[in-house]
Amino acid sequence: MMQPMRHRWLAFITAGIGLLLLPLFMQELGAGWVRIVALAMLYVLLALGLNIVVGYAGLLDLGFVAFYAVGAYMYALLASPHLAETFAAIAQHFPQGLHTPIWMVIPLGAALAAVFGVLLGIPVLKLRGDYLAIVTLGFGEIIRVFLNNLEHPVNITNGPRGLDRIDPMAVWGVSLGKPLLLGDYRISSVTLYYWLFLALVVLSVVICHRLEHSRVGRAWMAIREDEIAAKAMGIHTRDMKLLAFALGASFGGVAGAMFAAFQGFVSPESFTLMESIMLVAMVVLGGIGHLPGVILGAVMLAALPEVLRYVAGDIQNLTGGRIDAAILRQLLIALAMIGIMLLRPSGLWPSPERRAATPGAARA
Amino acid sequence: MDIFLQQIINGVVLGSMYALVALGYTMVYGIVNLINFAHGEVLMVGAMVSWTVISFLAGSGMPGWAILLLSLPVAIAVCAALNFSIEKIAYRPLRNAPRLAPLITAMGMSLLLQTLAMIIWKPNPKPFPQLLPVEPINLGGPVITVTQLLILLCTGLILALLVYLVNATRLGRAMRATAENPKVAALMGVRPDLVISATFVIGAALAAIAGIMWAANYGTVQHAMGFLPGLKAFTAAVLGGIGNLPGAVVGALLLGLVEAIGAGYLGDLTGGVLGSHYADIFAFAALILVLTLRPSGLLGERVADRA
Amino acid sequence: MSFLRVEAVSKRFGGLQALSEVNLSIEAGQIYGLIGPNGAGKTTLFNVITGLYTADGGRFELAGRSYKPTSVHQVALAGIARTFQNIRLFAEMSALDNVRVGCHIRSKVGAWGAVLRSRSFREEEASIIARARSLLAYVGIERYADQRARTLSYGDQRRLEIARALATEPRLLALDEPAAGMNASEKRVLRELIERIRHDGRTVLLIEHDVKLVAHLCDRITVLDYGRCIAEGSPEEVQRDPAVIEAYLGTGHRG
Repeated sequence: MMQPMRHRWLAFITAGIGLLLLPLFMQELGAGWVRIVALAMLYVLLALGLNIVVGYAGLLDLGFVAFYAVGAYMYALLASPHLAETFAAIAQHFPQGLHTPIWMVIPLGAALAAVFGVLLGIPVLKLRGDYLAIVTLGFGEIIRVFLNNLEHPVNITNGPRGLDRIDPMAVWGVSLGKPLLLGDYRISSVTLYYWLFLALVVLSVVICHRLEHSRVGRAWMAIREDEIAAKAMGIHTRDMKLLAFALGASFGGVAGAMFAAFQGFVSPESFTLMESIMLVAMVVLGGIGHLPGVILGAVMLAALPEVLRYVAGDIQNLTGGRIDAAILRQLLIALAMIGIMLLRPSGLWPSPERRAATPGAARA
Repeated sequence: MDIFLQQIINGVVLGSMYALVALGYTMVYGIVNLINFAHGEVLMVGAMVSWTVISFLAGSGMPGWAILLLSLPVAIAVCAALNFSIEKIAYRPLRNAPRLAPLITAMGMSLLLQTLAMIIWKPNPKPFPQLLPVEPINLGGPVITVTQLLILLCTGLILALLVYLVNATRLGRAMRATAENPKVAALMGVRPDLVISATFVIGAALAAIAGIMWAANYGTVQHAMGFLPGLKAFTAAVLGGIGNLPGAVVGALLLGLVEAIGAGYLGDLTGGVLGSHYADIFAFAALILVLTLRPSGLLGERVADRA
Repeated sequence: MSFLRVEAVSKRFGGLQALSEVNLSIEAGQIYGLIGPNGAGKTTLFNVITGLYTADGGRFELAGRSYKPTSVHQVALAGIARTFQNIRLFAEMSALDNVRVGCHIRSKVGAWGAVLRSRSFREEEASIIARARSLLAYVGIERYADQRARTLSYGDQRRLEIARALATEPRLLALDEPAAGMNASEKRVLRELIERIRHDGRTVLLIEHDVKLVAHLCDRITVLDYGRCIAEGSPEEVQRDPAVIEAYLGTGHRG
């Protein structure tokens, strides 16, 4: 935009190389750090999906974690021994067990989550902001309750115990569950996953950017700004909203499948309301509707718990064990949500037009 | 039949508690068009403060009911001050901000209160002492405990007081006027800030009382106890028609009954497929149904639609 | 043959009969005025014609074909575009983007094309930008193309709204008090714009309070009062109609 194209390309390439090499450096610091950045990449993926719904179309979804769960459980069921162990018919058909390759998982996860996205979208089409938020929150909780309880009469989700022994992902025959040996150099499994997630993130950023600067993106933003005027201009708001829900959800579904493979284990505990709220916080605090801001928000809030783990040790001693890393993280997220809305409502890194546009919110 | 009547009693008791909280939601929404996400947490704070007072006075030799009674004004005062401050600090500056902002702040407030409660009172659930006679009163089949009876009586009393307040006092008129049209109300000499603060304070008092009732009825308190009741009470408010005070009560009673009866019979109705753990999502299912089929609620909304 | 014909339209809001048995008949290429005291039902009639409200009864016909105005975006597709009394622009989007949104219904590349950046996408985007720029020039605000809509002056915002409505390629342009809040020179510019719009082949329906503007601009006028048509005709006829005078000035001013 402002800078000459050459500078932008240079910046992108440098950043790209940096991101690619990052885990190799962090490997030296400890495997834990690589895990953190890998999970951060998953959260970025989720935040990008939520950004389509909240940031572009202006629909406040407080139950986004439901799509994450759908993708995760889908992969867990299609790539673990659970179904074969529970249903004799499946064991007969698949004597080697159920294994699903990545090139099937990604479209399946995206499609299944998109279907759920549309299912959520249909009843909420006419709802105003606050109601929409509550209903989507309810949807997320409904999914979680079902996941927690679908073990009788037929055991589908294995209830609170969750599903384990999930296959790792394999890309072009290389399993990401084992370290890769290049001669003498050992690349850990976590690093391999990180690269897979990074590739997905890059792809998602490109998709989101192209959608944003297109007729579809403009229609979403029109709906966000003034739905009635958008309708009066002929925009089929119902279909556009459903499209936003479906696309956003599909990102969540793919991220969920990746998560299941990465962890090797899923349970309803990973898909709580707190996660949905944190995702909304990532999008809103980072810079709603602005891709760099959303990525920043996601990385910050995802890395926060881990950074806190180092700081929290001391705080725990100071307060007699009352505050640990998890509590501190919740506290900081809550304070951030309140503080940033009061002081900088358009987010930490808003799009250039918005920053100047937002009225001074902290008018006493 | 006895079981059915018992569930009815349970349902009405549950609905009464929901009603007190739902009124707080609906009054605030009627005046400032904001869902106070933190309202459920006010219920929790009321219960926790009451528990603290009771624990403090436990060894004093006072009779149980007196201790309980004493904790009431303390809890109300704390919750009123809390809600007043929340409105002043977190909601008032954002009155003219885009719609998303106060929603996010409210969610942050809810999270903050829960976390602070976790820090102050530690995360483990605590037993709420039984200070009232435990022996249930036999109604010829179904039974009712003294606590439940008191809940019904108190709720009835409070509702009567509220009706009087809203319809017969200056403050009540000011509240109704501000809910209808804040600008014109201001021109008539009503101070909107004062009215809004008063609404939050009254809502907090109701929630505090509901919190104590909840704790006494279920015998346990914990930092997360306000979340689900808050959500369900909000559903009740929407069910009855947001901004509509009688609607909130009707919606709450209905929801309480559906929840109690449903929890009792769900297993039988679905042949064991859905157990009673699904009772929690009744409220959400009800909310989705109402908003899809009759968005203005059973008794109709009192809030002007922003077209 | 009339271009837009509405017959016996009624609309009730609770206890208020906002419109009763209103008839309107506009010929193609006319500039048609809708006037009346405040609260007469003019905007309500607009909203009913464009699908924002559902009429309780009445028939609607556009270019000889009957249409049911229940779906706002269908009405736009059928060729009626409108502006709003209280200006409803997409405030945070640029002026250019506002008009580009207007181009939405006459373009078709969807999400797939956008993501894949197909050839049809690139061609369509280029033509949309070109059209949007030319429309901004048509209404005279091309220098504000990249500014956020809400930073424009009041008069420019009204013109932007017109440009956006024109982008939908309407056959009937319905303007709700486009001159409100404008000074004399702005009104003159607006008048020229509306006449140019008519000259370029569109029909215009206009709600206005400025009597001079309406008298000079409109070919025919309908006067509403309390939801009823009380007069219909050329500006001269309407101005002399005693029922109209009474509606605006009250009894005691007759003659």
